[in-house]
Amino acid sequence: MSHTTIAELAHEHQVADDKTAFGFWVYLMTDCILFATLFATYAVLHNNTYGGPSSHDIFDMPFVLRETLVLLTSSFTCGLGMLALHRGNKTGLKVWFTITFLLGLTFLGMELNEFHHLATEGNSWRRSGFLSSYFTLVGTHGLHIATGLLWTIVLMIQVSRQGLTRGITRRLTLFSMFWHFLDIVWIFIFTIVYLMGVITI
Amino acid sequence: MKKYLLWISVFVAIVAALIAAVFMHRHSIAVLNPHGSIGHKERNLMLFASMLGLFVVIPVFIMTFTIVWRYREGNKTAKYRPDFEADNRFEALWWGFPCLIILILSVVTWNSSHELDPYRPLVSKNPPITIQAVALQWKWLFIYPEQHIATVNYLKIPVDTPVNFQITADAPMNSLWIPRLGGQVYAMAGMKTQLHLIADQMGNFEGVSANLSGRGFADMHFITQSVTNADFNNWVKLAKGSPNHLTTTAYNQLSKPGTMHPATYAASQAGLYDTIMMKYMGPNNTAMQNMSMNTSTL
Amino acid sequence: MSLLGKLSLQAIPHDPITLGGAVSMVVGVIGIMAALTYFKKWKWLWREWLTSVDPKKIGVMYIAVATVMLLRGIGDALLMRGQQAVSVGASHGYLNSDHFQQIFSAHGTIMIFFVAMGFMFGLINLIVPLQIGNRDVAFPFLNAASFWLFASGMVLINLSLMVGEFSAAGWLAYPPLSELKYSPGVGVDYWIWALQIGGVGSLLSGVNFLVTILKMRAPGMTLMKMPVFLWSVLGAMVLVIFAFPILTATLALLFLDRSLGMHFFTSDFGGNPMMYVNLIWAWGHPEVYILILPAFGIFSEVVPTFSRKRLFGYTSMVWAIWAIVFLSFIVWLHHFFTMGAGADVNAFFGIMTMIISIPTGVKVFNWLFTMYRGRISFTTPMLWFLGFVCTFTIGGMAGVLMALPPADFQLHNSLFLVAHFHTMIVGGVLFGYFAGVSYWFPKVFGFKLNEPLGKIAFWFWTIGFAVAFIPLYILGLMGATRRLDHYDASMGWQWLFIIAAVGVALVFVGISFQILQLIVSIVQRKHNLDTTGDAWGGRTLEWATTSPPPLYNFAVIPEVHERDAFWEMKHSKTAAKKPIYEDIEMPKNTPLAMYIAACAFIFGFATIWHILWLAVLGLLGVITCIIIRVSDDNTEYVITAAELQKMDEAAKA
Repeated sequence: MSHTTIAELAHEHQVADDKTAFGFWVYLMTDCILFATLFATYAVLHNNTYGGPSSHDIFDMPFVLRETLVLLTSSFTCGLGMLALHRGNKTGLKVWFTITFLLGLTFLGMELNEFHHLATEGNSWRRSGFLSSYFTLVGTHGLHIATGLLWTIVLMIQVSRQGLTRGITRRLTLFSMFWHFLDIVWIFIFTIVYLMGVITI
Repeated sequence: MKKYLLWISVFVAIVAALIAAVFMHRHSIAVLNPHGSIGHKERNLMLFASMLGLFVVIPVFIMTFTIVWRYREGNKTAKYRPDFEADNRFEALWWGFPCLIILILSVVTWNSSHELDPYRPLVSKNPPITIQAVALQWKWLFIYPEQHIATVNYLKIPVDTPVNFQITADAPMNSLWIPRLGGQVYAMAGMKTQLHLIADQMGNFEGVSANLSGRGFADMHFITQSVTNADFNNWVKLAKGSPNHLTTTAYNQLSKPGTMHPATYAASQAGLYDTIMMKYMGPNNTAMQNMSMNTSTL
Repeated sequence: MSLLGKLSLQAIPHDPITLGGAVSMVVGVIGIMAALTYFKKWKWLWREWLTSVDPKKIGVMYIAVATVMLLRGIGDALLMRGQQAVSVGASHGYLNSDHFQQIFSAHGTIMIFFVAMGFMFGLINLIVPLQIGNRDVAFPFLNAASFWLFASGMVLINLSLMVGEFSAAGWLAYPPLSELKYSPGVGVDYWIWALQIGGVGSLLSGVNFLVTILKMRAPGMTLMKMPVFLWSVLGAMVLVIFAFPILTATLALLFLDRSLGMHFFTSDFGGNPMMYVNLIWAWGHPEVYILILPAFGIFSEVVPTFSRKRLFGYTSMVWAIWAIVFLSFIVWLHHFFTMGAGADVNAFFGIMTMIISIPTGVKVFNWLFTMYRGRISFTTPMLWFLGFVCTFTIGGMAGVLMALPPADFQLHNSLFLVAHFHTMIVGGVLFGYFAGVSYWFPKVFGFKLNEPLGKIAFWFWTIGFAVAFIPLYILGLMGATRRLDHYDASMGWQWLFIIAAVGVALVFVGISFQILQLIVSIVQRKHNLDTTGDAWGGRTLEWATTSPPPLYNFAVIPEVHERDAFWEMKHSKTAAKKPIYEDIEMPKNTPLAMYIAACAFIFGFATIWHILWLAVLGLLGVITCIIIRVSDDNTEYVITAAELQKMDEAAKA
């Protein structure tokens, strides 16, 4: 017979979940350094326009501001979804995460639209070092958003099929960390790439 | 311990033989027998730093061998203190003593980095000459802008005269190095780096590209001839009469990938060096012209 | 674009040397497969190894891969030095310059990424879970995925020998040489993807072992009671976490330049090649310390054990590690003083570089004083340590020399530099890992390695090393640069190159003795059995369990009261408590980790050859495997207390 009580097992699971959350946080830190590297390359190449457009020639600030608001709202709805999860409200969780997904999709669509717009005007990533670094920095964030969207779909299918199990709860927590992290990265992109790009001469 | 004696003696014999062989060839060691004042100072710096290093390395070697010998398992007369794990006096010694050495070396580093900065013009009673060095695939082009001549894979300089190299590349990154005269600096496309050297003696000195730049990289070596001022002027006159002219067409031909024997050109086209550099910089961009500005922003 | 992208029959090598290498590799693989079939070992291989998530198994596989790659790397070295010994004046030797350049690029890449990193992660996998007194790593599946990604990168780099070509741009592929303009072939792409896939594996391992050490130590093992090996691994993993994302980003940017026509590192269109050099060394310098710190850790275990004495200056050792971790991030510019960055910048980085020698020196003195008043037995691991002290201090002195910017101008990119970093990486890193392998071998396999053969191997390595690299120090001072495929007879270098080639041959003999040692030890294992679990009179927890350890490492998680936890257990007066067994959860085997890496490999290969559909397929494969994995909550199984008790009592009997 087992000597292990249910309380002990629950404690072990709690420890395991903490471990996963900590591990994921460390992973996010490595991602943070990846973005820091891309920010650094952007800073170095910012003025290397090679006769092409510079940052204050190409950005449409009202559009970017709308984009930003969409993403920030998605972070907020993600938070509401997590609150629903902790109340055990499965429907609420699904509703809020669906909204999060749609907002993320909108954001990604807007970003791709902006990229398409730039490329058709002859300002693609091939034009200059500056544009290469711009597309790569913003595009890498977009790629993360796309990953997040795929992740949401998987999570929602899992929630539907398995319910709010311990594993799902843990994964939802990780996802929300990821999503908020992308928000923070975007705020840096918004400030450093867009705002400072337009303001500084 | 005896069974190791054979191995150790083989080891010591080989090292000793190598050192003896090197000692016999000591004059062919370029970096240790420089013929220019920059090379001299760099050599002396190396010797000084090595001496300081030996203050740590020699005690480490002596300690290693005495401790290992004395506290070998077979020696039951040696003290055995299995719990001896800390002694602040000892530790203070080997945190402190290396710190002291590094402190001295830091001062030396700071001063010598400034004194021997390759960008720093040399002081001499003779006026300097300027040579624009361009790394190509896979040869060196040397333009003498004041003399209106150019050479390939061949360098002639007057003795006791500071040489101001302005270095760039129309190729992958290379590095201009003439060991008998002094240290190297990278040659990079679209950028101008500088190197100031001087020859104190006459002679022929090997020069190379020290940085991998593609297939023909091993052939990018050249002779630097240090001659009297008079010989140099005569040579310039001769070169000016050369039938080879470094026109744009000639340069385009020259810059194609391939290796080449030494050659001399007359009447180098004015501004060729700047044209080569500007090729990479596009319109309205001079930010990268000067490397010293550029890297400090990184 | 055709269905196969850039791939065609032209990609099969035509020159005899490459073809010979390729054929021997294919024959080797076929031979292994035939042997597996003949001995009916496929099932065993699948169940016990390929699908295993046990770090003890994964560690062995890491070391096996690293050993095979060591043979490839030394083969490359023999080819290079052989070429340089004969390729003088009119003779151009047996390798053309492009082939020669591919060989040294492959040698450097393989030795760092697939030999040194392989040994490192192998030993970490084997020992860290045991030494923290736990059963597993934090994320066992992720750990298996890391290994298989590492293996994929290894296969990719070796595939370049058979299909296409390898990079000829040096082991760090400086642009603009590595840009499409100057390297239009697939070689650089092979380099990028082999490192990218292997590098992601290393990054994930970094996260994994950081969490393992910080969160899973046995009760009572506070940070300051950890063995120094754990401290050094912790330091190395922190470095991995900070440095490897930079590598990932840098490789990706170079790839974007080459494939999408971007301009990060091109000479024109506003690119900045020197930015690459900065970025790659912002990863590359910490990488050197990632490799050396665990080796320091190994010595910190080996020296006390074979001196039968506590480690001297534990606190100093820990502080020295963290000083090195911190400083290793602010010295990267010393790799290119010759860029012309200005005296202030050069002097700053030069001084920082010298400061890093202080904590390193402290470690050496502490090891020496660990032996002081000890009882030193000269086992193979101890010989590797003594060899290390001698080579490493010499190499360190050369390093301090080169930290002086003006001296570096005369030494940079010369063979002096090559000799210096080989002194550090062979004499420091590799000797350390060899010490670790022979020290922990009995723990992992239950029998010791043959000592006399190990000692002969050591002497061939050490003497060969001196013969191979002393001439290079001198050649560097004579003005010989690295990476020359031929040179003029008038330089007077040939005799030194010949000696160096002899040295490499001696090292090769050393490696042959190590392989012989392994074979002889396996054949004669009955004579060298370790029945106690404590082969050397060890001090740390890995020796507290049987050799080889059971699947679950410890039936009952040990409790730690002091630094040398096992030493204290052995010598404490109180009788051992009767163990209380509990149910334990262990991860189930799964082939998914291998599938993920296989798909990543397909993605890498397809991207190298611009086969778009296959790349998409590979990527979808990776995503699908991950989704399958995360959808499975049933990844562990339970060993009940009764079963555990039975197994434990059987093992102890």
